[in-house]
Amino acid sequence: MSVSEKQIGDVILRCDNISLSFGGVRALTNISIDVREHEILAIIGPNGAGKSSMLNVINGVYHPQEGSVTYQGQTRRAMKPHETARHGIARTFQNIALFKGMSVLDNIMTGRYTKMKRNFLWQALYVGPNLKEEIEHREVCERVIDFLQIENIRKTPVGRLPYGLQKRVELGRALAAEPQLLLLDEPMAGMNVEEKEDMCRFILDVNDEFGTTIVLIEHDMGVVMDISDRVAVLDYGKKIADGSPAEVRANQDVIDAYLGVAH
Amino acid sequence: MLYRESGQFKTSYRADQAIFPIRQDRIALMVLLAVVFILVPFVADEYWLGSILTPLLVLSLAAIGLNILTGYAGQLSLGTAGFMAVGAFAAYNLNLRVPELPLIVDFLLAGVFAALVGMVFGLPSLRIKGFYLAVATLAAQFFIEWVFTHVGWFTNYSSSGVISAPPMVIMGVTVDSAVEKYLLTLVMVAVLALAAKNMVRSRIGRSWMAVRDKDVSAEVIGIPLLATKLSAFGISSFYCGVAGALWTYCYLGTVEPAAFDLSRSFQVLFMIIIGGVGSILGSFLGAGFIVLLPILLNNIAAMIGHGTLQADTMANLEHIIFGGLIIFFLIVEPHGLARLWQIAKEKLRLWPFPY
Repeated sequence: MSVSEKQIGDVILRCDNISLSFGGVRALTNISIDVREHEILAIIGPNGAGKSSMLNVINGVYHPQEGSVTYQGQTRRAMKPHETARHGIARTFQNIALFKGMSVLDNIMTGRYTKMKRNFLWQALYVGPNLKEEIEHREVCERVIDFLQIENIRKTPVGRLPYGLQKRVELGRALAAEPQLLLLDEPMAGMNVEEKEDMCRFILDVNDEFGTTIVLIEHDMGVVMDISDRVAVLDYGKKIADGSPAEVRANQDVIDAYLGVAH
Repeated sequence: MLYRESGQFKTSYRADQAIFPIRQDRIALMVLLAVVFILVPFVADEYWLGSILTPLLVLSLAAIGLNILTGYAGQLSLGTAGFMAVGAFAAYNLNLRVPELPLIVDFLLAGVFAALVGMVFGLPSLRIKGFYLAVATLAAQFFIEWVFTHVGWFTNYSSSGVISAPPMVIMGVTVDSAVEKYLLTLVMVAVLALAAKNMVRSRIGRSWMAVRDKDVSAEVIGIPLLATKLSAFGISSFYCGVAGALWTYCYLGTVEPAAFDLSRSFQVLFMIIIGGVGSILGSFLGAGFIVLLPILLNNIAAMIGHGTLQADTMANLEHIIFGGLIIFFLIVEPHGLARLWQIAKEKLRLWPFPY
């Protein structure tokens, strides 16, 4: 399905005039970004531009000093990450943040945490309602495992897997939560061409099959221009451009930010 | 050749999620349970039951408790014996002040009290980690010991501070012989060990391990850190509390703070380090190692060293060998005996025809 046929819906996440600073360092200045339903939005920019900080603001790891985040009609300044998870925001990390001591399956099952309801007494008993719940969620996780083609490693401890597969498992853990909004922080960093192509395919399929809205940070311009519907460019904590890939590519500020300006 | 799962196909997730998915393991477990429940009470004498097996089981239970907190949830604790003391004194006081309650309920409530105390001392875990948390739990250890030594109400104003545990009556049956105490302990430990295994393979166990392995991504997935850490402190202390109650009632026969000093905490910590951090089986193996090995050394020493060496030299030699063996096992396998067992099983699958 080409991008033009896709049904891009209304704005589901609106960041208004976000400013974030750590002591004297201004990480983000007055940034406003809208994310529309079903789209793939790429946030790009040179190192230290504030891209990861922006994701951290969206899912509540950082609390901005100014501005507000409106998600699902709810406006907030600060929310705890575990609360945003309950509202359907999932993410992956720039440096793999898997649970190293657990198997692939357990990692992905952990992604179902917010969907499971039985309390610890049922879990101590295990049989009955808890077993039923475990199996139900296992089925969901197996669909994710099937989707990402990692059936053969489901029982392997993630610490033993190569880097590319770990990235894929981390995507799986995020997908297991069936998020509405998926934040991907450099999903293709450190991958070879083949792995990147696989990952691109997975991202497009997630967007296509489940209708998940995706916000991703990526440095590979080829990938960004190919898969995103819209690109926002940050530089020194400010937004310098926002538009279709073609518009952004032609934008003089963006070219200056990446290539430098002659003095 | 014997230990191989070939031909055992799993066709449902239910079968795949069993604790022992391999048939040979299930048979081995059945045999083990039959031995400890039926054979041992007939064969073992009073000394073995009362002085070795019962404390071994109780300490295994405490080790499971600490393993939940330290091995699964990653929160280092030195307050184990303190929480055991809470359980012991709670059971004693419940028995004394609310005699209507059945003894088993006393034991379980003792665990609940220990859990509450454990959660209070777990509160700092949100802010501090690792060694610093260990120091904070050390405070729990000293504080609890101090309270039970100095506040007379807990010991019912006994002048000596050492009270003999009241006789145990469960559903009209007086439990006073070594066999009966052993069986009571065994049932409690077996049931609670199964419950622990079930918890660590369910949602709550996964949330503990998630917090242990990567707390930032755990929170992003939707796991509230404080609640999860407190649940680990609570459930861990519950196990320690029940272990403390069993320690006084089934093993010592006396209620005294001195039985729950810091060295007891260290003993349980060494058990899980040697047995395997993050393993229920490892709790048993570690307790077995720490409890049985000194006895074995002692017997060997008595056999070969009788008359050749002085008694105190002999005792020191035992300690040296014990310490040396601990170091040996930690170098061979830093992940403990449970990991060795797992490796052995993996090797055994191919034995005797590895390819």
